[in-house]
Amino acid sequence: MIHFDRVTFAYDERPVLRDVTIDIPEGEFCLLVGSTGAGKSTLLRSINGLVPHFTGGTMTGEITVAGRRVRTSSPADLADAVGYVSQDPLAGFVTDDVELELAYTAEQLGLPQATMRKRVTEIVDLLGLADVRGRTLAALSSGQRQRVAIGAALVAGPSALVLDEPTSALDPGAADEVLSALHRLVHDLGVTVLLAEHRLERVVQYADSALLLRDGTVTAGGPGAVLADSPVAPPVVHLGKLAHWPGPPVTIREARRHAAPLRERLAGERPPQRAPVAAGSPLLETGAVAVDYSRVRAVDGVDLAALRGERIALMGRNGSGKSSLLWALQGTGRRSAGTVRIDGVDPSSLRPGRRRTVAGLVPSEPADLLYAETVRAECEGADRDGDAPSGTCAKILADLVEDVDAGAHPRDLSEGQRLALALAVTLTAAPPLLLLDEPTRGLDYPGKASLATRLRGLADAGHCVIVSTHDVEFVAEFASRVVILSDGRVVADGPACRIVSASPMFAPQVEKILPGWLTVAEVAAALGADDDR
Amino acid sequence: MNAPARARRPAHPVAWWGWALLLATAASRTANPWLLLLIIAVSGLVVSWCRGDEPWSGAYRVFLAIGASAIAIRMTFYIVFGGAEGTTVLFALPSIRLPDWAAGFRLGGAVSAEGALAASYDGLPLATLLVCVGAANALASPRRLLRSVPAALYEVSVAVVVALSVAPQLVSGVARIRKARALRGNTKRNPANLMRTVVVPVLHDALDRSLALAAAMASRGYGRAAGAAASTRRTTSALLLMGLLGLCAGAYALLGPATPAPVAWGLLALGAAAAVLGIAFASKRVPHTRYRTDAFGARDWAVLLSGSAAAMGSIVSAAAEPGSIWPATNPLTMPPLPLAAAFGVLIAAAPAILVPNTPTKAGPA
Repeated sequence: MIHFDRVTFAYDERPVLRDVTIDIPEGEFCLLVGSTGAGKSTLLRSINGLVPHFTGGTMTGEITVAGRRVRTSSPADLADAVGYVSQDPLAGFVTDDVELELAYTAEQLGLPQATMRKRVTEIVDLLGLADVRGRTLAALSSGQRQRVAIGAALVAGPSALVLDEPTSALDPGAADEVLSALHRLVHDLGVTVLLAEHRLERVVQYADSALLLRDGTVTAGGPGAVLADSPVAPPVVHLGKLAHWPGPPVTIREARRHAAPLRERLAGERPPQRAPVAAGSPLLETGAVAVDYSRVRAVDGVDLAALRGERIALMGRNGSGKSSLLWALQGTGRRSAGTVRIDGVDPSSLRPGRRRTVAGLVPSEPADLLYAETVRAECEGADRDGDAPSGTCAKILADLVEDVDAGAHPRDLSEGQRLALALAVTLTAAPPLLLLDEPTRGLDYPGKASLATRLRGLADAGHCVIVSTHDVEFVAEFASRVVILSDGRVVADGPACRIVSASPMFAPQVEKILPGWLTVAEVAAALGADDDR
Repeated sequence: MNAPARARRPAHPVAWWGWALLLATAASRTANPWLLLLIIAVSGLVVSWCRGDEPWSGAYRVFLAIGASAIAIRMTFYIVFGGAEGTTVLFALPSIRLPDWAAGFRLGGAVSAEGALAASYDGLPLATLLVCVGAANALASPRRLLRSVPAALYEVSVAVVVALSVAPQLVSGVARIRKARALRGNTKRNPANLMRTVVVPVLHDALDRSLALAAAMASRGYGRAAGAAASTRRTTSALLLMGLLGLCAGAYALLGPATPAPVAWGLLALGAAAAVLGIAFASKRVPHTRYRTDAFGARDWAVLLSGSAAAMGSIVSAAAEPGSIWPATNPLTMPPLPLAAAFGVLIAAAPAILVPNTPTKAGPA
């Protein structure tokens, strides 16, 4: 269905794809795997001609979709052969109304009205959008929006659907909605799906096959075989490799079948304590914090106390008030009622320059904090803003991440490097309370692991770190304590292992296979100790 | 659940524009203050009963302010430079003698009640016209209006729709960047700093977003098969251009007193015909279809008819009672109310009952 024949692609002199030959048969659910910056988006966008039509670059070789040559068509001509869905559905919406958005592609193709109505109705039923059919797009939840984007790509009846990180910005529940809708499409309509995703633990159980993109070349195979020697793999694969399970298994179900001997070996062991030893008076104390917007109460009476050295993960659905709470804690965001005390001071009563020495916040778009033309200038600016000795920020950055090109533009950095730069800028003011809003979006597994290590280091150095996230695997790596918000209220608060194991939605993969254990590293350490004895 | 919502759909935007322009026609054919104030009152009533709660619904108030300032400017000009003079002097400003070649003007001097009244009679029709346009802006959804444009103008209408949705995104982008600025402790207000830390990131964002939107639209078939034969495209553009030129020439001739009326009307009609032909010609060749054609229903006709009642009323009054349509200002008298015209304007208030406001569809926030 999707066929690449010796495709090579390069921007200027920088090769992205080298001599790629792949063949994805009809009706297959295929997963594209690779580290950040490996060229996954380039490969996906070349299927409907967005690369090189929209990006420039040199391409050789031949791509065909459903027998049509991509080389001789524009992306618009291929709209009825390939549906393309991006990570941020809002950025691609043309109208403001669910039905019109769904019909847009059909209008472009010039389908008669009766056919269009029938198609739209089918899509609405297939993707479970009947309840929201008459609404405006602005009134939808993030999962519904992503399903509308998928529906809009499907209306023209394409034989292939290409999705670039469709669930990256979604909470676990919304991601499940989207993925099960995709699963149904593959089974009911026989659509060929090619999907790239960082959070493999969410999607791998749906995949029939996988492609690994590394250094511009592609390896194809079954999901287990491909992930076994991939630089990015979900924890279940690492656990399988550690325990020498055959396959290795990629789903929880398969892994559980092999897990009994490992459970027995671990029976006498306990995972290490995560709670920090440092006690004392709380650094952060809030009383009945509330945040109101024009029609909704985003945060509704949150009482929270946090110590230095604590690593807190703030979890909850999209729109549960996590961001609003973080901004209110930092003092720059709105706070309608309640009290916030950081070391006895109310941050919102301070001037912005003083406030950031008490609490630092890295927003969900780290690039918002950066406005210099080079990394070097950014660091110097941060030193000036924070009245810190010259070179402070550069030193912090060097501790956080190695070999960042000081002459590069901040927007040209990789996601992980950009996040590190924003973090370094924030840390230049040396705030005891550090808040991060959704830092893991766009990071691959190694990126997330190194972020967790850095944040643990900061907590050990006496900072209190609070991170809002949807990423259960990151929480397992990072958190000592988990707070779950729902509709602006705290519904659960306690040690990480107790809270995440109580809910299947928030449990990491390792916990589902080996109850009580959260990460592969913990299991490996216990096994190592066991072997030594 | 869908059916009643659709039945209570607000009136067609073309009907609202027609209604407002007919009301404006009535306003432009009179200087009677009672009639003009009645027109403003009727438009205000209809707007407050029929408008939704979309972003453009606040337009009416803006146009009211513009109308008020039009009268104020006209009055200021009269007080400073003079105009119609009368015997009832209200107050006198210190005056400057102007040289002989500037006869007919004055600077300062006596301000008479008759002159002030004439100035306000001059300003009020313009203000009323503006208020009528404001009413149309507040009532007619620009998105729905764009959906009703002929297929030939499709590309233009898409550009406008995109611009409409980008504006609110820019506003939220500015808010986001400003909050991030506070996180850096940067609150300096000098222009160079604002340029670097607010304007540049916001524009960068907007550019990224428009590229993403362009890519999304292309992958969804926008601009597909735009390759109609070059000769056809040229014919269409030529017809459209000639049509527009004809319309301009016709309008100019109609307003200028020198051209005989039949020639002026002929030019206008020719221009309109060429434009319509061009659009129709191009529309046939556009391969797009519409998901929902916005039907022009009985209620929309009723809205249009109620507007034409106002225009008809002013025509009847102009024939039957011309003195009340253009009331004299010298000597000072209380202007009479032209009955036929007033009755027509009152009928134009009917949409307030015919198509009252329905809450816009919305989900849980």
